[in-house]
Amino acid sequence: MAAGFLQRERIIAPPGWSRWLIPPAALSIHLAIGQAYAWSVFKNPLTATMLEGNPAAGTLTALPFTLGIVMLGVSAAVFGTAVDRNGPRWAMFIATVCFSTGFLVSALGVTLNQYWMVIVGYGFIGGIGLGIGYISPVSTLIKWFPDRPGMATGLAIMGFGGGALIASPWSASMLSAFGATGDDPQASGVALSFLVHGIAYAVFMSVGWLLVRVPPDGWRPEGWHPSEAKTGSLITTANVSANNAIRTPQFWLLWVVLCLNVTAGIGILERASPIFQDYFPDAGTQVAAAAAGFVAILSLANMLGRFAWSSTSDIIGRKNIYRVYLGVGALLYLLITLLGNANQALFIIAAMLILSFYGGGFATVPAYLRDLFGTYQVGAIHGRLLTAWSTAGVLGPVIVNAIADAQIAAGVEGPGRYTVAFWIMIGLLVVGFVCNELIRPVDERYHEPASQDAVDTTGAKRA
Amino acid sequence: MSTQSAADGTRTGPPPVAWLAWAWVVIPFLYGLYQLVIKIPALFGG
Repeated sequence: MAAGFLQRERIIAPPGWSRWLIPPAALSIHLAIGQAYAWSVFKNPLTATMLEGNPAAGTLTALPFTLGIVMLGVSAAVFGTAVDRNGPRWAMFIATVCFSTGFLVSALGVTLNQYWMVIVGYGFIGGIGLGIGYISPVSTLIKWFPDRPGMATGLAIMGFGGGALIASPWSASMLSAFGATGDDPQASGVALSFLVHGIAYAVFMSVGWLLVRVPPDGWRPEGWHPSEAKTGSLITTANVSANNAIRTPQFWLLWVVLCLNVTAGIGILERASPIFQDYFPDAGTQVAAAAAGFVAILSLANMLGRFAWSSTSDIIGRKNIYRVYLGVGALLYLLITLLGNANQALFIIAAMLILSFYGGGFATVPAYLRDLFGTYQVGAIHGRLLTAWSTAGVLGPVIVNAIADAQIAAGVEGPGRYTVAFWIMIGLLVVGFVCNELIRPVDERYHEPASQDAVDTTGAKRA
Repeated sequence: MSTQSAADGTRTGPPPVAWLAWAWVVIPFLYGLYQLVIKIPALFGG
């Protein structure tokens, strides 16, 4: 019964179903799982309660988040095919169960003073929810919005960035209200916060799997015909399976493009506050507050870039937009490297644009995959491509932190601490630019047979 | 094979439930956005 309720066949939209119900369904999942990037608010309360006096508390409190991000990439890659096969309601339901259960297991772990349960709960179980939830609405959105796939996926993936904006102040005030912070922090307050998070996110995400529908075969937006679809040399009308996609050079070129674009963004994002304070130590007496403002404005740029640039890609094409991300991104890195701290306004604008390209890279990649491989298993292919994110998540911080720390140890002051790291970022972006230039249409031998009565990438029936 | 169009339906424009669904996600999003934006003036000495 329950399984039937989740099946793809049960959620085929009836005539007249509004496609504008699908973005909020997707957003209710992405705004929730985006909480992952607000994990840091739990670090101090955990350190001050169940890990009090533990010399490895810093590493231990980072573990649930790190494992969660690793599981995001792994589960998206492993379960991507199942997500495409079983449909978005199944995927969103599993994501809801895993993500909420992760919090509930963590609450139990804190109550029983078993920290390993927090790691397994939030990191492993919740991380599976992150991966399945992240890819769950992608192919559905692309099928509902064949006329604007970049805008549709950009909207959902912007939600992932927005999730941390909501969770960060919300979780912090909850921890404070439950007595998990302050002079006498209580573990029970942390446990109660985890419990409330688990229940609240279960309710919030349920709207996603209750609302989501898939379009019937052959559906197309009113007044739109597949012949109006933007055409280009990279946009296929065929379909490629996930297993075949990973055998193509296009998949791996795009993997490198995404990995290097993300690495370049993380390079600034991960160390934004110290970078600002090193560049502008004289930014008034409130330099720490100014640095917090810098982090906030970068988060805003990251989030808005996801929607704005991905929507722009519907007009100028996917390859061109990545030329902007990588080429202009490299020039902006060059600008802040050469400019140093000579002009604060230019520095801020350049950093904002770099972060908007970082977000845009994430949001545009599903539509790029659709152009190259069709809609057949685009969710599964997207899942496998997200391993590039996991790789970049390690690469970016390592490059910037290791080099900056070495420069600090050598006594370098100010912007000079980041010169080498930024030159490396420029090099990586140039390599990414070249890889993007090498992307060509997928060879026909990888295409699925055209005999079946399937729906092509633009929503039209294949012959 | 004929194609099914959105025009087959009786409704044009988003139904009331769509507005509710959007409010469900937009209201928390605006709360988060507000919490973010109030930090920005400090960057400019505010």
